[in-house]
Order: sequence, then C-alpha cells, then structure tokens
Amino acid sequence: MVNQLHFSDRLKDIPWAATSSSLENINRKDVETALQREGRGGVQDLVALLSPLAAEHYLEEMAQLSYRITRRRFGKTVRLFAPMYLSNECNNICDYCGFSMNNQIPRKTLTDAEILREAGMLKKNGFDHILLVTGESSRKVGLDYLAHALDLLRPHFANLSIEVQPLEQQAYDTLIEHGMHAVMVYQETYCPHSYARHHLKGKKTNFDWRLNTADRLGEAGVNKIGLGCLFGLTEEWRTDALFAGIHLDYLEKKYWKTSYSMSFPRMRPYEGENIVSVELQDRDLVQLICAFRIFNHELEITLSTRENQLFRENILPLGITTMSAGSKTNPGGYAEPEESLEQFSVSDERSPREICSMLKDKGFDPVWKDWDKAYDEPKIRNLLSPVEKECLTA
Amino acid sequence: MVTVAMKRANPNSNEDSILDYLPQDRVKILPNTSGVRDAKEAIFVAQMAREALETNWLKLEIHPDPKYLMPDPVETLLATEELAKQGFTVLPYCHADPVLCKRLEDAGASAVMPLGSPIGTNHGLKSREFLKIIIEQSNVPVVVDAGIGAPSHASEALELGASAVLVNTALAVANDPPSMGTAFRKSVEAGRLAYLSGLGSTHQTAQPTSPLTAFLG
Repeated sequence: MVNQLHFSDRLKDIPWAATSSSLENINRKDVETALQREGRGGVQDLVALLSPLAAEHYLEEMAQLSYRITRRRFGKTVRLFAPMYLSNECNNICDYCGFSMNNQIPRKTLTDAEILREAGMLKKNGFDHILLVTGESSRKVGLDYLAHALDLLRPHFANLSIEVQPLEQQAYDTLIEHGMHAVMVYQETYCPHSYARHHLKGKKTNFDWRLNTADRLGEAGVNKIGLGCLFGLTEEWRTDALFAGIHLDYLEKKYWKTSYSMSFPRMRPYEGENIVSVELQDRDLVQLICAFRIFNHELEITLSTRENQLFRENILPLGITTMSAGSKTNPGGYAEPEESLEQFSVSDERSPREICSMLKDKGFDPVWKDWDKAYDEPKIRNLLSPVEKECLTA
Repeated sequence: MVTVAMKRANPNSNEDSILDYLPQDRVKILPNTSGVRDAKEAIFVAQMAREALETNWLKLEIHPDPKYLMPDPVETLLATEELAKQGFTVLPYCHADPVLCKRLEDAGASAVMPLGSPIGTNHGLKSREFLKIIIEQSNVPVVVDAGIGAPSHASEALELGASAVLVNTALAVANDPPSMGTAFRKSVEAGRLAYLSGLGSTHQTAQPTSPLTAFLG
C-alpha cells in the first residue's frame, strides 16, 4: 500500500532555519567523506557538497568526480529536446514571469493547425522529444485541451512531456493514457515565505498543492518527474537546493519505478521589473550541478537555453545529460517567431544543427531519440491490440 | 553481436539511427527491451523490434527500477513464456539466481543472461558463486551480462564455463574503445581456451606433482 502522507507532511518536520544552519556547520571531513564515498551517504552528503565550505575548497574535486560519474552512467551522450509553447494564458500573478496575468501582453493558445505547424518545424529540425508548455489556465488549457494536444502530436514524436499547471491524480492518469511520458513541475522555491512573496494571486499561491504534485504524479505511475527551483527568488539558494534534494530523495524512495530529472534555471531579465533577490554566479551553478550529480548518479540534469553559449559549453561535461536547443518560449514561435511575448529570454540562440555540431566537436553523441511510442502502447487504453487484450485477460 | 535498445533505434531516420554505425554484414543486431517496466510493455516492444529489424531474436530486459536497473524476475518469466510462444528467440537478462534461470529455461528461453554485478558498475563477477551453479545446471548457453568492467572479468566468466559475455560500459567509457574491444576479444579467447583445456584446481598449500600413493599402481 502506498503511504498516504505527502511531502508537505514531511516538510513540516524540517524547519527552514535549522536546515540552513546545517550547511554552515559542515567541516572538511564531511566534504571529504562525501567525495570519498561518491555521495552514497544520501542527504547527509548533499548537505556537505552544497555547503559554502565545499565551494571554497573542493569545487575542482567535485567537478572531477561529477564528470567521472556522469560518463560512467550516461557515456559520452547528450539528449536533445525542444519545448513547444502551446499557450501563454495564465490565471496567476507571479512577479517574475512573463506570462503573469497582470502583464498586458497578447494572449494566445494554439489551434490544432498551429500545433501541427509547430510540430512540422520541430520535426524538420530533428527533434523527437518534445516538452509541451503552457501557462496555468485550467479554463483555456485544461485537461481536455492537453489530452487533445497529445493525441495530435503522438503520431509524430517519440516522447512527449508536459510543463503545465499542477493537476489532480486522475487527470494525470488520463494524460498517461494519451501518451504523456513525463511532467516537469518546479516548486520555484521551497521557502514558504519567499514563495508567498513572489506568487501573489491565483491557484499557484497554494504552496502545498504545488508541492504535492510530484506525489500525485508518483501515484499515477508517471515515467519521469522533473523537479527544480528557480534560482534568484530566494536569497538562501543553497538551502533551497537542499530542500529540492530532500524532495528528490523522498520521491525516489517512495515512487521507485519513476525516474527523475532536475533543472537549475537562473533568473534572467524579461519584459517587466527586475525582482531578482539573489544573483546566482557561474561557480554557484557549477557547485549545484556537481553536488546533485554526486548525490544522485542517475539523475537527469537539464540545461536550458537561458544560459549563454560559452557557459553552456563549459558546464556541459560536468554533469549535464539533457539540453534544449533553438528554443522559442512563445506560443507559435517556431513557425512565426515574433508574434507573441516570450516567457523568458533565450540566451543561447544557436540552431539545433549548430548545437549538434558543437556537441560532436566536443566528443559527445547527440541523442535525438531515447524512447519509442511502442513503450507507451499498453497504457493507451483505447488503442489496445488483440495481443494486449489477450495479455490482460490471461 | 551488438544489442540495441529499441527506444534508441530509429529505423525510419537515416540521421539519428544508432543502426547506421553498425556494419550489418559483420555484426548481428540483437534488439533489446531496455526501458520497459513490465511484461506487457516488453511484449509490445518485442513485436515492434521484430517488425522493424526483421529478427526473432530478442534480449529481454525488464527493469522497473530506473536507479539500479535491477531485472524484475516475475515479469521477466511471464514475458519469456509469452514471447517464446510467439516464436521469439528470447535471451532474458536476469539476476544470478539458479532457480530463476532453470525456470526461464523451462519457459522457453534460448539462453540465460545472469548479471555479474549491478549494471554499469564495472565491479566484475560479484555473483561468481551463483554463476558457477547456473553454468553447471544450464542446458542453454549462459551469457554473463552486466558488471563486466575489465577484460580480466570477461576472461574469468569464460574460464567458469560461460558461453559469452555482454559488455557495454567498459568499452563505452574507455579512452580508446576500439583498442579496449580488442583487449576484450583476446580475454574472451583466453578464458574460453583455458576452460576447454581444463583448469587446475586451486589450493592453499603446495601439492606434490608426484603423489605419495603412486606406488600403489
């Protein structure tokens, strides 16, 4: 039986202040132990690896180890995917996001024809793994819209994931039957105070509802869950990252058939006021990526086009397994680039082809396809073949 | 023989297909079901593989746990049974469990592929004692899969009487994969030759080559 307690229940017993000070109380022995046992000490090792002390004295060793673990587990490969923005409609007011309801921007939700046109552009560029993104509007882009979009796209792509508003478990059950592979649901920040400061209106103001989304996904048996913080929202970013790690550890032990990915977006300027409360430096991001790789050898780590070209190339070997390329963050952006406003500005603007040749120059094999529709067939209830029916009745 | 995960194969594309790198006149492609979580999914993928690659051969791997990729014995047995009925040549990846290997054989497996140690770890034959029992009991070829991190591990498996080994990580992460491939080939040949030649047993102390009871004639 699945334990009915969710992560919000667990979080009540982990006070922010005490967690924060645990990072300050790390000594050299703690970091050295974590490195020596390659992070197999669990959350205890993550605390050591995320500490300011580790940043000061052990960053190079962490990078070396992270590099070795990543190659051992993933080889010299990088998976490529592209986001497809379906809608910028949103019912939330969040002070950092371009889609925020109070922003006076043209709103757009793609029609069937527009979705297929975007699909054609992405397909032409070689993509087989697509992340469908929307703002959070259950009226404009609710369950029916999402299920329909999956039906439209399933024949054309090997792997479809979503990044949309948190849903009920039953809705996830339905989307899985329509061929949804993974769900990205970033908590943005695990600090309730900071969360309340940045999420001002709409369903996203409910911290626990968002936090427990990953539990609902785990119970639905989704293939993969993407976690992450938006770095810049909360000053104590090490603590924030540590909570993300605690969340990951909790999920992995409870929903052991699901795999996990993590993303480390740093806030970037967008059209609107600048509310960044802390600016994450390059070396901070390197520490985060290496710490998480050592903590979790199998974790998929995604690098977005928010980061600039030079930084992306340098950080690539240190633990990254997945990256987007040639991304457009506005609905319809691949077919008609300038039509509606972006969610955030893209920094690495190279085309997928250029990214591909860069990867090859650096000795990596770009991987466009790492899934197949056949794997999802048994879950797609309405498409049962005679063999499948036979299996179910046997 | 080279095994290819069906999720990675892209028979319709000539740009991203791992198949393009394999000279198919020289290597036999063995599709595998890596990524499936249960027997039902495995059967679907097997059917797709048969259609796409025009082969009945299948390396069956079912690991519901994406962290350590441990094979699920129950689902593997169910899928082996069904796929063998459907005419597949099933080579199941499994734990080094002698009873399971016999059950797989009974279910119609054409070989068994027990693990040496957890996949990708390069730890060698941690399951050595169980592999010995499996090899002794098996009526089908035993292919040691997973954990083979060095040519010496491969040699050891062949010395024990295994029919073959399956290696990936050790080659993939080598600085010079082709040379490492050659090293593995030589080690497999050496191990097999040693097995066929009859290895001497090991002892804690020196044993006289002229036994004391020779005079009994």
